[in-house]
Amino acid sequence: MAINKHHTPMLDQLESGPWPSFISGIKRLRDEHPEERINKMTNDLLGQLEHSYETRKGYWKGGTVSVFQYGGGIIPRFSEVGHAFPESKEFHTLRVQPPAGNHYSTDMLRQMADSWEKYGSGLVTFHGQTGNIMFIGTDTEQTQHFFDEINDYGWDLGGAGPCVRTAMSCVGAARCEMSCTNEQKAHRLLVNNFTDDVHRPALPYKFKFKVSGCGNDCQNAVERADFAVIGTWRDDMNVNQDEFKAYVGRKGRQHVIDNIITRCPTNALSLNDDDSLEVNNKDCVRCMHCLNVVPKALHPGDDRGVTILIGGKRTLKIGDLMGTVVVPFKKLDTEEDWEEIVELAEEIIDFWAENALEHERCGEMIERIGLVNFLEGVGVEVDPNMVNNPRESSYIRMDGWDEEAVKWFDRQAEAS
Amino acid sequence: MADMRDPIETGCPDPFQYMHPMMRRNFGLWAYHEDPRPGVLLHVAKNGDKLWTIKAGTQRILDLFTLRTLCQIADDYSDGFIRFTIRSNPEFFVTEESRVEPLIEKLEEAGFIVGGTKNSVTTLSHTQGWLHCDIPGTDASGVVKSMMDELIDEFKVSEMPNRVHITTSCCQINCGGQGDIAINVQHTKPPKINHDLVANVCERPTVVARCPVAAIRPAMVNGKPSLEVDEKKCICCGACFPPCPPMQINDAEHTKLAIWVGGNHSNARGKPTFQKLVAAGIPNNPPRWPEATAIVKRILAEYKAGARDWERVGEWIERIGWPRFFELVELPFTKYHIDNWRGARKSLNASAHIRF
Ligand code: SF4
Ligand code: SF4
Repeated sequence: MAINKHHTPMLDQLESGPWPSFISGIKRLRDEHPEERINKMTNDLLGQLEHSYETRKGYWKGGTVSVFQYGGGIIPRFSEVGHAFPESKEFHTLRVQPPAGNHYSTDMLRQMADSWEKYGSGLVTFHGQTGNIMFIGTDTEQTQHFFDEINDYGWDLGGAGPCVRTAMSCVGAARCEMSCTNEQKAHRLLVNNFTDDVHRPALPYKFKFKVSGCGNDCQNAVERADFAVIGTWRDDMNVNQDEFKAYVGRKGRQHVIDNIITRCPTNALSLNDDDSLEVNNKDCVRCMHCLNVVPKALHPGDDRGVTILIGGKRTLKIGDLMGTVVVPFKKLDTEEDWEEIVELAEEIIDFWAENALEHERCGEMIERIGLVNFLEGVGVEVDPNMVNNPRESSYIRMDGWDEEAVKWFDRQAEAS
Repeated sequence: MADMRDPIETGCPDPFQYMHPMMRRNFGLWAYHEDPRPGVLLHVAKNGDKLWTIKAGTQRILDLFTLRTLCQIADDYSDGFIRFTIRSNPEFFVTEESRVEPLIEKLEEAGFIVGGTKNSVTTLSHTQGWLHCDIPGTDASGVVKSMMDELIDEFKVSEMPNRVHITTSCCQINCGGQGDIAINVQHTKPPKINHDLVANVCERPTVVARCPVAAIRPAMVNGKPSLEVDEKKCICCGACFPPCPPMQINDAEHTKLAIWVGGNHSNARGKPTFQKLVAAGIPNNPPRWPEATAIVKRILAEYKAGARDWERVGEWIERIGWPRFFELVELPFTKYHIDNWRGARKSLNASAHIRF
C-alpha cells in the first residue's frame, strides 16, 4: 500500500557526500522494507525530524515505560507533535547490555535483527555513549514483546535513570598486547553483581563502571566512570633489547630521542650508546607512551594488576570531574582478589547511596565532603598516590597528627 | 498481569561465545601489533598466530538493511564475526593476509569507509540529538554526517601527528564527553517558562536544587504555583530543563554551538585533560552546520601543520601557547575564555612565563 511520504528537503541534503548517510538508511526502511508498519513508522519519524531541522527544536518528551518487573532500561519517547506524525508518536529506545568487549557473531546479530524487525522501527545503534546497544523506536506494548523475545536468548536490559548503568570494557586481552588484566572479567563481575541496581533505579543518580586494560584508557574510564579500573603493572617493564635496537637502526637515534626519550613524562628513559634502552622503572608512571611507540619491543611487566579511580563524570552539576586514585594497585589474580574488588564497589555504592544528595554523582559527593571523609567512609587508608601534591593551605586542624603518623608507620611495617 | 513473563536477569553476556576463535585462542597471549596500512591492524600472538583487523566507518544509526549488509560481509569475508569500537566503528577479522584486500574492496563497494586507525581523524562520537533525545539543542547524526563528509580524507589516511577524537554533544551536560575537538551546544538565553504547565509537570524543589548557580526560586505566577529565574544569575546551562520541560531552554536562534579543544582521556605522556573553550556563538545551522565545520577544519589544518609526532591537540597547544593558537586559527580571545567557575584560579597564569 502506498504511503503518503513526507517532504524532507532539509534531510535530503544529508544524502549527498561520501560518508554513509543515516537518512538514506531510514529512507530504505520507509521505501523498501516489506513490513508496512516499518514503512509508516520511519516515514513519520522522518517527518518529525524534518520538522526539527526546520524549527531547530526537539519534539520528544520522556515519560515512564518499563518492562514487567524492571524499573529502568527503556528510554521512553513520546512525540509532542504526534498528531502530525502518529505512526511514530511513541518511539522508545531499549538499552540492551552488549557482551563485554562488544564482540558479536553474525548469527546473533541476525537473530536480534529478526526480532527487532517484528517489533521495532528497524533502527539500531552499536552502541550509545553509555555503551548500550540502542534499539531505537518502538511503542509501549511492543517494548515488552521485544524484550521478552531477546531476553529468552540471552540479552538483558541496561540501566537508565538513577541506577548502576551498563558498563564498558576495552578489547583488552582478546586482542591487545598492552592488556594488563582480564578486562571482560572485571567488567562482568562488577556490573553483574549489581543487576538489581541496574534494573531497579533507586540510587541518588547514575553509577558507571568502565574498565581499560592499560593507561591508554580506550574506554575513557578516568574521565567518565564513577568506578574506573585501569590495568597496570608494578615490576619492571619488559624490554626486548634486540627489537629496540632494530627500531633505532631503522628510525635513527634522533627520531628515538625526539619521540621516545624526551617524551617520557618522568624522564625515566635513556638511550644507551649501543642503541639499547635503559628504563628507570622506579620513575616510570606507566603512562604507556614509549610502549605505544615501539609495541614490538616494549611491554608491560609481569606483575600486573589494576589502579582504581573513583568519581569521574560529565558537566552536570558542578562541572566535569576526573576520577581520583583510590586504590593505586590491586592484584586481580586469585578468586579472593576478585571478591575484594566487588566488595570495594559494594562499599562505595552503599556509602554513596547513604550520603549523596539527590542527583549527586559519587565524584560530586567526594568534592563536597572531601576525599578523606570518603576514604574513611569506605574503609580505605590514605596514600600519597592519591594526590598530585600534599596540601598547600595551612588552614587545617591537625591535633591528631601523632596518631596518624603512627598509623602510617604501622602500615609500612605491616607491608614490608 | 498473571500471564506476564518474568525477566531472566542475566546482565552483561559472556563475550567468549561471540568472539572470533583466534581471539578466543590467544586471549591474553598477544605479542605485538603493526599498522600495515590505514584502517588495518595486524596483531601477532606469542605462538605466531596473525590476526588482521579491518576497521570501517558507518552511519552509526543503522537501518536493518545496513546491519544485514555488515553481517553478510562478515560472513563472506571475515568468518562471521564483528566487533564494534567505542566510536561505533565495526571491525572485521581475517587470519590470512590475502583476505585483507578483498574485504576492503567489498566494504568500500558497499559504501563503508575503511580507515579510522592510528593517527587518523576517527569517526566523531555522537549523542542522540533531535532524532531521539528529549532535551537536544541540535541534531547529532546530522552534524556527524556533515563533518565526516568533509573530514573523510583524514579518516582514510593516518597522517595526523597523533590520533584525533572529535565529539559532539547536543546539550551542555556534554554526554559526548571529552575530545581533542568537541562541538557542543551552548545556550545563550535563560529558559522561557511556560507558567501554566509548571505546577502540573515539575517537582519544584527538585528543579530548584538542580540549578548550579541557585538562580531558581518558587513563585506564584498568575495565581499559580510556578518557578522564577533570576536572569542575571542564570548561566543558561539548561540543567533545569530535563526535570522541568516547561522551562524551555532550546531556542531556534539563541541556542548556539561552541567548540572546545584539548580533551584527552589517555594517560600517555601527560595526565588526562579536559577540553577548553576556543570558539562560541557559532550558528546552529542545519542541515549541514557549515560554520562549525569550517572552524574544525581550520584547527585541524594548523594542528597537522604545526604539531610534532605524538602530540595530541592539547599537547600541541600547551607547547606553542594559547596566544599563538588563537593567532593561528584566527579566532578571537574574549572575556568568556577566562574561567570563573570552581577552581578557576588553577587556569590562570601565575608566572612570568610569556611567549614572544
Ligand atoms: S611508560 Fe611512560 S612513564 Fe614509563 S618509561 Fe614509558 S614513557 Fe616513561
Ligand atoms: S538554565 Fe541553568 S542557570 Fe539558568 S535557571 Fe536553569 S539551571 Fe539555573
